[in-house]
Amino acid sequence: MAYRYHRSSPWYDADPSTRALAQGLGWFSVGLGLAELLAPRPLGRWLGLEEHAGLIRAYGARELAAGIGILTRGDPTPWLWARVAGDALDLATLATGIGDDNPQRGNVGIALAAVAGVTALDVMCAQALAVGRSEPPTPIRDYSDRRGFPRPPEAMRGAARDFAVPQDMRIPEALRPYPTA
Amino acid sequence: MRALCWHGKADIRCDTVPDPRIEEPRDAIIKVTSCAICGSDLHLYDGFMPGMEQGDILGHEAMGEVVEVGREVTNLKVGERVVIPFTIFCGECEQCRRGNFSVCERSNRNKDLADKVFGHTTAGLFGYTHLTGGYAGGQAEYLRVPFADRTHIKVPGGLGDEQLLFLSDIFPTGWQAAVQCDLQPTDTVAIWGCGPVGQMAIRSTVLLGAKRVIAIDTVPERLAMAQAGGAVTIDFMQESVVERLNDLTQGKGPEKCIDAVGMEAHATATLDSIYDRAKQALMLETDRAHVLREMIHVCRPAGVLSVPGVYGGLLDKFPFGVLMNKGLTVRTGQTHVNRWTDDLLRRIEEGQIDPSFVITHKVRLEDGPAMYKTFRDKEDGCIKVVLKP
Repeated sequence: MAYRYHRSSPWYDADPSTRALAQGLGWFSVGLGLAELLAPRPLGRWLGLEEHAGLIRAYGARELAAGIGILTRGDPTPWLWARVAGDALDLATLATGIGDDNPQRGNVGIALAAVAGVTALDVMCAQALAVGRSEPPTPIRDYSDRRGFPRPPEAMRGAARDFAVPQDMRIPEALRPYPTA
Repeated sequence: MRALCWHGKADIRCDTVPDPRIEEPRDAIIKVTSCAICGSDLHLYDGFMPGMEQGDILGHEAMGEVVEVGREVTNLKVGERVVIPFTIFCGECEQCRRGNFSVCERSNRNKDLADKVFGHTTAGLFGYTHLTGGYAGGQAEYLRVPFADRTHIKVPGGLGDEQLLFLSDIFPTGWQAAVQCDLQPTDTVAIWGCGPVGQMAIRSTVLLGAKRVIAIDTVPERLAMAQAGGAVTIDFMQESVVERLNDLTQGKGPEKCIDAVGMEAHATATLDSIYDRAKQALMLETDRAHVLREMIHVCRPAGVLSVPGVYGGLLDKFPFGVLMNKGLTVRTGQTHVNRWTDDLLRRIEEGQIDPSFVITHKVRLEDGPAMYKTFRDKEDGCIKVVLKP
């Protein structure tokens, strides 16, 4: 397999600031997801939505999955769009608590504003990753000639077989050599 | 003199500090002609190693010219050219007599502290925390070398600094990682991490005659360099390491595994690394052990795990049951540098290997602080930085 000498994935094509934002959103998602999973009742009480504790826990699992997806996949773009969809769900759920009958509606307002802000960041980040860099991608330095040997590696294989492994670094006699295919 | 000094997490400065002086009869002072930033310096830069103090001079890969010797140093002369191994050793204690220089019983001047933390002291190291002696390091214009009559490698004049400098650490470290695998011509060796030590381990493994070397990383430049050295490569962000290793070994796993990554495994590549990173942030764990877990899982039963990668303290979710049941042999340790350097110097002189292949950046000492960041962030194709004081 030969390595490309320019990066072409959305991740590598993105600006460092976009990559940092994506990572930040990933960690935020993990943190919020854990909070929702582990403490749905206190969160529900704070929002005046105690009856939705089960739903909050499910949303926590969704947040955690999105966060892990963003942090671990080579291209986090689909996971950021998944976050945007999740944000829409969050906004819709929070909107049910903004009525006059909820004594905690002030907190719901705060939560709505926060989710709206994070949604804007999610959209911005996903779009920036989709568009990529405005300038050409940075070429990757070519180290394919950096073998360190005077001849190709195959010709150098075993060139140091004259070296005697010290007694204290030998593996137990019973374990070597392996019979291999 | 000027020196790179540690002032806290991600805060390294090129300061003016007092010149070193002879403190003990076995000391020598060298004028540093070349030094390097090591991957393990990044653990200090990132604040993961305990025991650093403001103003500590960094660096444990240095070479230069002898400018002064203590009265008991009879085998070094002013003007001689030397590479300084990162492990300081007396050459006389029981461990040194066995060739276990990295666990010298006498060179750590903070032995009491090390005894408390490690149970028993290990050797003093240059520029690497007060737990290992708090000795000033070699990213400086001058370096005081304790036990200098033993802690040196004399090198000939015909070779350039770049060919010799890495005898101080990364070349013997990669070599020892391969040697302690006790390689057989039938072995497949998997090496995690294609940084400088991983690159040296790849070349050492090829020279020592393993059947096949597989290198694991995700940075394209590092994978390309690994491939140039004879390795089959796996990009862990693009494919499953375990599946690919099993595919390449008819489902049996590699006989030998080398961890050239250590405590700062990629924080977001896998679920367990995310877990480790979160625990690190909460001060519930010090090291991210993903590579160790993966090696234990994929290594062929009765195989060998060799760990030159640096670990600092406590690991979590360590599959010791798997390790035990598979009967794996684990070899670890800082490098007994001078145990290998006569042989490695001969191989360089004979042209079997030229370790300078790994150098990607050569800069002035005062550019060092910026290069720490470039190296840590793997920007600009950075694999190995050499500093010229």
